[in-house]
Formats: sequence, structure tokens, C-alpha cells
Amino acid sequence: MTNSNKPRTAEEINAEVIRKRRIQTIVRYVVLIIVGIFMVYPLVWMVGATFKDNNEIFAGLNILPMHPTLEGYRNAVKSYGGDINIWKALINTFTIVIPKVIFTVISATITAYGFGRFEFTGKKILYPIMISTLFLPQVVLNVPQYILYNKLGWVGSPLYLPLIVPSLFACDTYFIFMLVQFLHNVPRELEEAAKIDGCNVVQTLVQVIVPMLMPAIVSCALFQFMWSSNDFMGPLLYVNTPAKYPASYFVKLSMDSDAGFSWNRVLATSLISIMPSIIIFFAAQDQFVEGISAGGVKG
Amino acid sequence: MKKWAKNNVGFFFIIPWLIGFLVFKAYPFGSSLYYSFTDYNLFKGMTKFGLMNYQEVLTKRQNVTALAITFKYAFMTVPLKLIVALLIAYILNFKLKAVNLFRTAYYIPSILGGSVAISVLWRALFKDDGLIQQMIRMFGANPPSFMTDPNWALFIICLLRVWQFGSTMVIFLAALKGVPEDLYEAASLDGASKWRQFFSITVPLITPVIFYNLITQLVQAFQEFNGPFIITNGGPRGATTLMSILIYNAAFKAYDMGLASAMAWVLFVILLFFTAISFWSQKHWVYYSDEG
Repeated sequence: MTNSNKPRTAEEINAEVIRKRRIQTIVRYVVLIIVGIFMVYPLVWMVGATFKDNNEIFAGLNILPMHPTLEGYRNAVKSYGGDINIWKALINTFTIVIPKVIFTVISATITAYGFGRFEFTGKKILYPIMISTLFLPQVVLNVPQYILYNKLGWVGSPLYLPLIVPSLFACDTYFIFMLVQFLHNVPRELEEAAKIDGCNVVQTLVQVIVPMLMPAIVSCALFQFMWSSNDFMGPLLYVNTPAKYPASYFVKLSMDSDAGFSWNRVLATSLISIMPSIIIFFAAQDQFVEGISAGGVKG
Repeated sequence: MKKWAKNNVGFFFIIPWLIGFLVFKAYPFGSSLYYSFTDYNLFKGMTKFGLMNYQEVLTKRQNVTALAITFKYAFMTVPLKLIVALLIAYILNFKLKAVNLFRTAYYIPSILGGSVAISVLWRALFKDDGLIQQMIRMFGANPPSFMTDPNWALFIICLLRVWQFGSTMVIFLAALKGVPEDLYEAASLDGASKWRQFFSITVPLITPVIFYNLITQLVQAFQEFNGPFIITNGGPRGATTLMSILIYNAAFKAYDMGLASAMAWVLFVILLFFTAISFWSQKHWVYYSDEG
């Protein structure tokens, strides 16, 4: 019998298990940190770059500027072609996004209530149709929707009709789906009680369902805010006067108009354009995470 | 009538959705199928009726190339993104300190990544003499020209989307939390390694979620537009001209609505095919715990 095959004591085994665990933990942290650097470094670098002068931006990998300057921001807020600047573009974004969020939340809640709490003729057909539109790719709809909006005279509408009106009719199915999922996990007792107290269905919706759904409704509002602020294709197709450009489209144009020399301005414009999203993300991170888990996984 | 209304109260709540569905989805969907068989210029109106658009989509070299690039893009991006998301979610699911901090760091890109601003950042990173080239030079290597080399440009777009693995990861993480811990304990006692446990316990139990992520990511990847449009503008030499870009060019530069509709329908049928395959195959690999 060789030495290594000697039966080990309990302590030796224990020590080895602990050592192994420690190595595993270290490996895990190393992976997390390396991936984390890839995730965060570009963003942090971007923030730093907006304070650099244009000679410095691509002169090294450092994040902090050696000669901090506000030149990028000063140029970023200047007007562009006389009609628009980044602030005006952001206001345009809000003009689209805020009504869109409000309309989506209301229409999706009403629809989710109908599907989630009632039986009615045709539900067996309509519910699967609703779910299948989740997978209906927007790419097939772009062209015919454009033709439809064009016929209605909505293209280039100063009220952004093609971007806003569909949200009155719960066209972003994802939110209905998310709310229905959430509703399935909400007990019905309170509604029964409300019914006994003489509440009609509308009162029940407003006074009982909405308060209980509130966390999910907030998630919907947050996601709709982010997605609509990021939306690029919509404005690209349906907004055609410079004074009406929202931030997403404005950033693209201000990048294209640059010959590649004033990156601090381009990056500063970009950063300003996503500032509202960043603020909202940090204010409400947990809701995002909960919302996406609730929507993605059947309850 | 009154009685019907009383028994179908729920129907009244879904009327707004139903109107929206019919006007903004069903009608456009149907009409685009019709347009795809016509020679329809937005300003000149419809003339011919026939299969010519489909013939053009499936035989013209430029279109076939774009289809191939779209496939390449989707089959590069989706598996990579799912693997990274699952791996990181798996690690985060161990009780480590500072998990929330990491989760936030990984999640931010998926929230902001869809914005034009991040596409602009991507250009700054990968342009000639940009940040990434400098990094590679620091290690003494000679970096490729990412944006002008057709072999690299598509990969840059792919990287942008993989970088946004955060929301997929969060969905995986929620699923992993649902895997009962005693299963791992039992496996540990039997001497199964962590990797073994991952492949024979974790993966089988979360297949429904893998399936869900697979389909949603495929649908997204086949429609990718913003990345190639903003970062590379379809170039260099058409290397990032995905179907969505061709559709955009056909519809909104040439105003050839018929051709654009046909392209969109070809893409749609392909997507339908892959979704159908996924659904069909799920009975072989997706495990639903409530069965039996």
C-alpha cells in the first residue's frame, strides 16, 4: 500500500473540502469581476470621454480626463440647423413617451382585467390570438402600418399620432401578458368581498384590482418608458420635421453630421439623451428586475 | 341582448384591445400579404399582380446574401447570448456577497443598450484608432479594422447584443431560484461535480425558460435593425446588410412597397419555421414539472 492510499482522517477531508470551496468561490468572483469590467468599463469610459478634449479621447484608455473641459457639453447643447437642440429633442421625446406610458398602462390594465378575470364568448379564440401577437414580428407590420398611417394622413403629424395612438388600444401585447400573469397570482377573495359590498365590475377594477396590480403596473410603465425613449425606428419613419425630432433620432443625426473630429460633442449629446433613462433605472432597479422575472416566467 | 351582455361582461373590457388588434395588427398583417403579390409603388400605386416580388427576393444575389447574413447573425448572436446569460445567472445564484452589485452592473447594458446613444458609443469603441484597437495594441498585437473589415463588422453588432444579456440573465436567475436545493445536496452527497450538477440537474429543470428565451431572442435577432443601421449602415461592402435593412431600403428609399412586403414575408415565414421547430421539438427536451 502506498502512502497516498492511506485512509484519511476526517479533518483532512474537511480541510480539503474547505480549500476546494474557497477556490470555487475565488473562481466565481474572478469570472464575475472580469465580465463586470466588460459590462461597465465602456459606460464609465463614455462618461469620462465627454469631459475630455478631442485630442485626448482616443489617446489612451484612461477614464478620468487629464484636462477636464466642458467643451463637449457646450457644443452639445448648441442648436443644430437652427430648429433643434438636445434639450428640445428631449422635450420631444417626453411629448411622445409620457402619453404613451399613460395610455399603455390604462389600456393594458383594462384588457388584462378582461382576459384574466372573466369568461366570455370568444375568449377561447381571442386569448390565444392575443398571446400569439407576442410573437408577431414588427418587421412584417412596418410597411403596411406605414401605408395605413400614410392614408390616414398621420405621417409627420406634429402630434406624433402613429407613435402614440396605438398605445390607446393596448398594442404592446407584452404588457397585457405581463399583467395577466401577475393577476393569476392575485387571490380573488377581495374581489368577492367587493362584489358582496355592492361594487360593480368597474368599481372593483379601480378600487381593488388596480391597487393590487400596482407593482406590476409600475413595472409596465418603467419598461414602456425605457423602450419608447430608445425607440429609433418609429421616429425614423414617422417624424419628418427637424423641430419635432426626439432625442434618439437627434443623436443619430448629430453623429452623422460630424466628420469624426468632435467625439466629445457626439458622446456628450448621447449621454444627455440617455440621462433620463439612467436616472429612472437607478431610482427603480428592483422594479425592473421583478417586472422582467414576472413577465418571463410563468407564475 | 341584455342577458348576453351580462354573461359577457369581460368582453367589454377587451374591446379597446380588439379594435387595436384589428386596425393596427390584423389589417396591416393581411394587407401586407396582399401587397407582397403586387407591384406597389407608394406614389404610383399598384400595377401588376403576381409572384415577381418573391422571385426577386429568392433569386437576386443581393437579397439571398442578405438572407444568409441574417441567418449567420442570428445563429451567432442567440446561442452566445443565451450561454453567457445562463452561465452568469448560474454563478450569481450561489450565495455570494455583493450579488446585487454585480446584477446591477450586468443589467444596465440591457436597459440602455437599445438606445442610439449606445450604438454611438459602440462606434467610438470599435472605430479605427478607437478604444478597442488601442487596448489590443497595448498587448502588442495588431488589431483588425473592425468597422471596415467585412469579416469583423457583423461580429461587432453581435457583440453589442450579447453585451445586453442582462434581461435574459434575470429571467434565468428567477428560474434557477426555483430549482429545489435538496436536489443539489443529494447530488453532492453522491459525489457529482458542480459541472455535472449543472448539466444533469439545473439545465433539465429550467428547459421551459431556456425555450422561452430561445424563441424571444430568435424573433429579435432576425429583426435586428438599429445596430447595423446606426453603427455600420449596412456596410462595409454589405457585410452587415441584414434583411431588415434591405426591407427598409426597399420600402422607404425606393418606395417599392410590394417588394418590401415580400421580403418581410419571407423573413416572417423563416421565423415561423424556427418557432414551429422549437415548439415541435420541445416535447423532446423541455421538461415541465407539473406533468404527471
